[in-house]
Amino acid sequence: MPTKLVVDCSTGAVEEIELTAEEIAQREADAEAAAQAKAEEEAAAAAKQAEKEAIAAKLGLTAEELVKLLG
Amino acid sequence: MATTYEAIATVTVGSGGASEIEFTSISSAYTDLSLKLSTRCATDDFPNIRIRFNGVTTSYSHRIVYGSGSAAGSYSGTNNGIDYASDDAAAQTANTFSNCEIYIPNYAGSTNKSLSADAVSENNATAAYALLTAGLWSNTAAINTIRIYYGGGQNLSQYSSATLYGIKNS
Repeated sequence: MPTKLVVDCSTGAVEEIELTAEEIAQREADAEAAAQAKAEEEAAAAAKQAEKEAIAAKLGLTAEELVKLLG
Repeated sequence: MATTYEAIATVTVGSGGASEIEFTSISSAYTDLSLKLSTRCATDDFPNIRIRFNGVTTSYSHRIVYGSGSAAGSYSGTNNGIDYASDDAAAQTANTFSNCEIYIPNYAGSTNKSLSADAVSENNATAAYALLTAGLWSNTAAINTIRIYYGGGQNLSQYSSATLYGIKNS
């Protein structure tokens, strides 16, 4: 069972507490959303790279040469 | 001279790791809060770490400028907390920890809450992040609880630590 560390700032006491079912569900939803966001980010980066390479090819340059030219 | 900078509480993650760190019952006696963090993720590759206030999951936004070791850029977003760093994790050099300072001014006031954060990761490779974050929680409640967790639901590694400081203006 996943746990969290809870610090009571009024006393300084630290407790290790098991997550509630609601917190676990939230955590799983977070993980799913993060995985989806990562996949979308990677797809967007790949599409951008392909676009750059297509432009470079039209100009007779490598992608690296195009990056240097624009940098 | 008055004491204007006070350590409120500190915590270090034990051998089993932890899904999150939560500071509760934060007094409203200070002007600002500062949080110093040394954290590492038990799995993954530079995961986003996040902060949430008072258990509320809405009305957060962030804007981040970063350097990754090979590029610089910026991005913004909205989540169920404020993303403020990309942490060291299992894919980075062993036993290295990211470090970060988060500053939260007027945390007990009755206006929306903002924060700034500066964070860096450590990695014996080209990729390592430095990030500056501006975050906003569009909520006028006084902050009395702070939760630190990974956006992807990962665990904090053993020896990750967090210290909360209260700052007074006089």
